[in-house]
Amino acid sequence: MLEIAIGIILGCCAIGAGIALIAGIGPGIGEGQAVAKACEAVGRQPESRSAVTSTLILGCALAETTGLYGLIIGILLIFVAPGSFVGILKSAIEWSKTIL
Amino acid sequence: MENKKNSRLLDALLLLLIILPLVLAMALKICTAPEEPLEDGVIISGAQVYFTIAMPLQEWPITAAQVNSWAIILSILGVCLYLTHGIRVIPDSKRQLAAEWIVDTVNKLVKSNMGEKFMGFAPFVAGILALSALSSLSSLLGLFAPTSDLNIVLGWAILVFILITHYKLKGGLWNYIKGFFSPIPVFAPLNIIGEVATPISMSFRHYGNVMSGMVISTLIAYALRSLSNMLLGWLPGILGQIPFLQVGLPAVLSLYFDIFSGCMQAFIFAMLTMMFVATAVPEEG
Repeated sequence: MLEIAIGIILGCCAIGAGIALIAGIGPGIGEGQAVAKACEAVGRQPESRSAVTSTLILGCALAETTGLYGLIIGILLIFVAPGSFVGILKSAIEWSKTIL
Repeated sequence: MENKKNSRLLDALLLLLIILPLVLAMALKICTAPEEPLEDGVIISGAQVYFTIAMPLQEWPITAAQVNSWAIILSILGVCLYLTHGIRVIPDSKRQLAAEWIVDTVNKLVKSNMGEKFMGFAPFVAGILALSALSSLSSLLGLFAPTSDLNIVLGWAILVFILITHYKLKGGLWNYIKGFFSPIPVFAPLNIIGEVATPISMSFRHYGNVMSGMVISTLIAYALRSLSNMLLGWLPGILGQIPFLQVGLPAVLSLYFDIFSGCMQAFIFAMLTMMFVATAVPEEG
């Protein structure tokens, strides 16, 4: 019984990590927009290339933040959460044994 | 003559101060490295705990990230002392020119982003830039990069948050509290969340970038090793053991993940610090 429970925990953690990385869609679209506009700006005013590029890189790094939140949740779900969830499950079983 | 000899000795000592902490950190890592695991697997773990100090409430772990960041702080101190000792009004050495270039660059950066009023912030910004960039770059030496540990970066972000709050409080406590209830009182919870989110987002951004780079390069290196075992394992003797496919690609990835991403995040952290502090100061008049 415990094996099945641990298996469900591991599987659900993996699925959750996959779902969390859907967060990558947002920054992808946003950074694509930013780069497209930067290309337009450079095309219109080639002499402003260096200023546009540095602003673009800064903006892209800022836009990446929300994607990184998803990534951190995903990494936590893969590397940290299974261990702590299994620990919680085991201590809950111990606790229920002492109650009964 | 005597003077020159003394200065040579001082130079050597300072160079030692630059290199020795990093060498000691590497030696500590090698000495305390755990035994090689027998099974063939990939291991991605947080900072290694070197030792713990007994404290009244809880044990205080001293991790690789802390030790490495202390080593980097000592190295930066060594670089600063080495570049600036024996400076003259008319520069006659290359290292004084280098020091002047660094100070000039940071001053220009602070002036263009924060304005003339905040020139006192230049050393702080330079410190954050140097510490953050060199922390990320220290992974090139094989050390555990302190910036891939959330605790270190969160510490810096909390420092910045305290600075921001300090400058906001300069406009008076009443104005600070009133700021949360603008434009209408209903927004108070949102404003408080936005205030608390500042250090969290700053630290997560930096930590997430560096750590994801570490994870991805570890996974790719492991995958390449398995692939070369599979494809070239039939070679006789020791030739079959050498992972030939690991040559090349990890270095290119490291160029992006370690060097570009680390320096970029250091710059962004410093930029955000400057912007937040500059906008926190209440307007006069």
